[in-house]
Amino acid sequence: MSNLLLRLDGLTKVYPGVVANKDVTFDIGTGEVHALLGENGAGKSTLVKMIYGLVKPDHGHMVMNDMRFAPNEPREARVAGVGMVFQHFSLFDALNVAENIALGIELPPNQRVLADQIIQISKEYGLPLDPSKTVGNLSAGERQRVEIIRCLLQKPKLLIMDEPTSVLTPHEVDGLFQTLRKLKSQGTSILYISHKLDEIRALCDRATILRRGKKIATCVPSEKSTRELAEMMVGTSFEAPKKKKKVFGDVTLEVSNLSLRSENPFGTSLKSVSLAVRSGEILGIGGVAGNGQDELLSALSGEVRVVNSMITLKGQPIGQKPSGFRRAEGFFCAPEERLGHAAAPNMSLIDNVLITGCEKQALAKYGLLDWQRTRRFADQIIADFDVRTDSSTNAARSLSGGNLQKFVIGREVLQKPDVFVVNQPTWGVDAAAAAAIRQSLIDLASAGSAVLIISQDLDELLEISDRFAALNAGALSDFKDTVDLSLDEIGLMMGGAENVEAVL
Amino acid sequence: MIRLEKRASPSIMLTVATPVLAVVLTMLAGGLMFTLLGKPPFETIKIIFWDPLFHPDFSSYTRPQLLVKAGPLILIAIGLSMGFRAGIWNIGAEGQYIVGAISGAAIGLAFYPLESRLIFPVMIIAGALGGFIWAMIPAILRTRFGTNEILVSLMLVYVAEAMLASVSQGALKNPDGMGFPGSRNLNQYSSSANHEIIANSGMHWGVITAFISVIFAYFLLTRHLWGFHIRLTGEAPRAARFAGINSARIVVLCLGFSGLLAGMAGLFEVTGPAGQITTDFNTGYGFTAIIVAFLGRLNPAGILLAGLLMALTYIGGELAQLMLGLPRASIQLFQGMLLFFLLATDLLTNYRFRIRRLE
Repeated sequence: MSNLLLRLDGLTKVYPGVVANKDVTFDIGTGEVHALLGENGAGKSTLVKMIYGLVKPDHGHMVMNDMRFAPNEPREARVAGVGMVFQHFSLFDALNVAENIALGIELPPNQRVLADQIIQISKEYGLPLDPSKTVGNLSAGERQRVEIIRCLLQKPKLLIMDEPTSVLTPHEVDGLFQTLRKLKSQGTSILYISHKLDEIRALCDRATILRRGKKIATCVPSEKSTRELAEMMVGTSFEAPKKKKKVFGDVTLEVSNLSLRSENPFGTSLKSVSLAVRSGEILGIGGVAGNGQDELLSALSGEVRVVNSMITLKGQPIGQKPSGFRRAEGFFCAPEERLGHAAAPNMSLIDNVLITGCEKQALAKYGLLDWQRTRRFADQIIADFDVRTDSSTNAARSLSGGNLQKFVIGREVLQKPDVFVVNQPTWGVDAAAAAAIRQSLIDLASAGSAVLIISQDLDELLEISDRFAALNAGALSDFKDTVDLSLDEIGLMMGGAENVEAVL
Repeated sequence: MIRLEKRASPSIMLTVATPVLAVVLTMLAGGLMFTLLGKPPFETIKIIFWDPLFHPDFSSYTRPQLLVKAGPLILIAIGLSMGFRAGIWNIGAEGQYIVGAISGAAIGLAFYPLESRLIFPVMIIAGALGGFIWAMIPAILRTRFGTNEILVSLMLVYVAEAMLASVSQGALKNPDGMGFPGSRNLNQYSSSANHEIIANSGMHWGVITAFISVIFAYFLLTRHLWGFHIRLTGEAPRAARFAGINSARIVVLCLGFSGLLAGMAGLFEVTGPAGQITTDFNTGYGFTAIIVAFLGRLNPAGILLAGLLMALTYIGGELAQLMLGLPRASIQLFQGMLLFFLLATDLLTNYRFRIRRLE
C-alpha cells in the first residue's frame, strides 16, 4: 500500500450515558478503499463526524499528510480535502441539480460553468446526471450521484461514504463500485462505511471493525470469510430466525387495483397495486425507498382513504373505513417512522399504547379511559418484548431506536392481529433487536396471521418472507416464491424490468 | 462552558417549580425597574402582591375584585388551553367574549320587563351559543378551506368590536337612556342579574362556572379519550392521524369549546360586574387569558392559580399606580416580564444545564 493519508490516534467521544468511541486508532493510505465495519450503534457515524468536523473528539488527535488535523467545522474539513456523502441526503427537492450543488460548495461558479463541470465529471466517472433536472423528481440513486458529484467538484483527497448502498438497487450498486474504483485508481482515498459484508469483501483494501465504540481489528477483508467478519462485528453469534412449518389458510387481506395519488408533491403515486395475503403467510415487498412504500402503508392503515372495494379484509371491503374500524377488525399497521408517526415522542409509553391499543384491548368505555388496564398492557409489552426501560411512564423519546421499535411492534403483535402490515421493521435497529423483531413476525405468521413486510433490506425479506415482490415507481411486480429467487431476478424486479416485459 | 442538554423525560418537579422561579425572577427584575423609576422596590412589590389581599384599610374592597377578575380569565383560558394543547391557536377569544355578551344580553333585553327564573339560564345558553358560533367561523374556514385560524379568529375580534359599537348605539341602546350609548343595566333587571352569591366575596355565577370548567377540563384531559386525542394531536399530528383521529373534528371540538366558554364569560360579565353593553365593554380578558393559559402550563389546575395570580397583578398594579403614581406602562412591563421569565424557565423542564471544562 502507498503512503499514509490520514491517521487517527486514540479518538474518544463520550455522550451522556454512552461512550460512542473509545480510543480508536487506525490509518488510511493514499488511494486506499478503507472499510469501517460495524453494527448500528457501533460508533461508525460518530467517528466519521469527527473526521468531517461535525463533532469534536474528547481525546485523541488526527494527522493528515503529516500535519495535525483538527477541523472545527465541516468547511475546514472540506478545505483540507475531506468530502462526505451522507446516508440521508441533504438536498432541496424543489431546486434543480446544479442549484443544489451550488448551495453545497465554497464559492460556486456561475450556473452555466457549473453545469458544464457537472456534465464533465458525470462523464468522467460514469455518473449520468442532468444538471437541469429538479431533484424532487430524481430516484434515490440519482440523488446520491448529486451528492457524490458535489464532493468530487472539490477534488477531495478522502471521500467518506456513509452506507451508500442502502438506497440502491443491485444494478446501481455495480455502477457505484465502478465509480469508486476509478477514483481509487486516481489516488483518492475512500472511507467506506457499511455493515454489508459482501460489498466490503468485493471493494475494500482494508477494513476496520468497530464494536460498541471500540476498534476490534483492522484486517484485509478479502482474506477473511464473511462469517469471520460477521463474528468480529457482532461479537457473539446470533441465531438466525427459525422458520416453522407453513400451512397457509384463506386470503385475509386483498388489495385489488389500488391506485392512489400521493399527497406529497414529490411522493410516488400508486399505480394499480394488487396483492393477496393468506393467513399464515409472510409477504415481502422490496424496493428502494420512495417508490410508493409510504403511500401503500397509508392506504392500508386508513390514514388515506381509497375506493372501498380496493382493499378487502376477510371478504369485507374496507377502503373507506377509518383506522379504528380496521384495528377493531384485527387489521394492524406499523409505519416506518417510529418517532412522531408510530409513537408520540414526548408522551409516556402508557399514552403511546392508546394510539393503536384502544379498540381491541377495550381500554376506553364510553370514552372513559381505563388507565390501569392501559398501564398493564404497556408493562406486558415491555416484559414480553424485552424493551429496555425502567418504567412505562418514561417518554417514548427516552428509548433507543431498537427498544422503541420493539415496543411499537410489540404493541401491535400482542393484539394478535389477523393481518399485520409493517414498513421497515428493523430500520436503524441493532442486530439483537432486529433478530427479535424478525422472530416475532415469524411467530405471528405461524400462529395464523397474515403478515406483509415492506422493507428495503433484501436479506431480511429473503430470510423471512414466503413470497416476494418489488415496488417500483408505484407499481408492484408479480410475487415470486422466495425459495427459488436469485439476486439477479430481484434486481430486475426492483428495476421494474419485469413489468416492461409484461407490457410488451 | 455551560451547555444545554435535553432530558430523557420532562422533569415533573421542575414543571411545578419553574412558575414559582419565574415569579421570583419577575420580582427581582421588576424591583430593579421600580428602583430605576425612583420608587421603593420592596414596597411596590408588596403593594402589587400583598396589599390587595391583606391591607387593613382597603383590602375589603380589593379582595372581592380578585375573583371578579380571575373568573373570566380562568374560564376563557381553560377553553383556550384545550386548543393550544392540540396545536389549534384561537387568538380571538376577545371576539367570542363580545359576541357571547351581545347575544346573551339581546335575549335578556328581549324579555324585558317580564320577570321569570328561566330568563337567566336562557341567557347563559344564548351567550354560550353566541361565542360558539363566532368560533365556528374560523373552525369551518380551516376545515373546509385550510385557512389559518390564528388570522381569522384575530380579525373576527375587530368585527366583533364593530358590532359592539353598533348595537350599543343602535339595536340594544337603552330607550330610557336619554340618548347615551349603552344598553339597559342588566344587573338592575332582576331576572337577568348576575349577583354576588356570597356578599362581598366577588363570587358570582361566572366564577362558579370557571371552577366547574377547571374540574371538567381536568377530567377531560386525564380520563377521557377525547382529551387523549387532543393531547396526541398537539404532540404528534402524524401519530394522531395514524391512530385514526379525525383532525377536523378536533379543530371543531377545540374551537367550539373555547368559544363556548368565552361566550359564557362575556355573558356573566355583562350581567354582573359590567352591567350593560357599552362601546367599551371589553377590557382585554380574551387576550390576557392567552397569557393565563400559558402561565398555567395549559394545565387546568395551573390555569386556576395563574388566573388568580394574573388578577392579583392587575389589581395590585392599579393600586400601585394609584398610590405611588407609577406609570401604567411600567405595570404592563411588569406583567410582560412575568410571561417572559415563565417561557424562559420553561426550558428547564426539558433541558438541563451541564457545566463542562473547555479543553
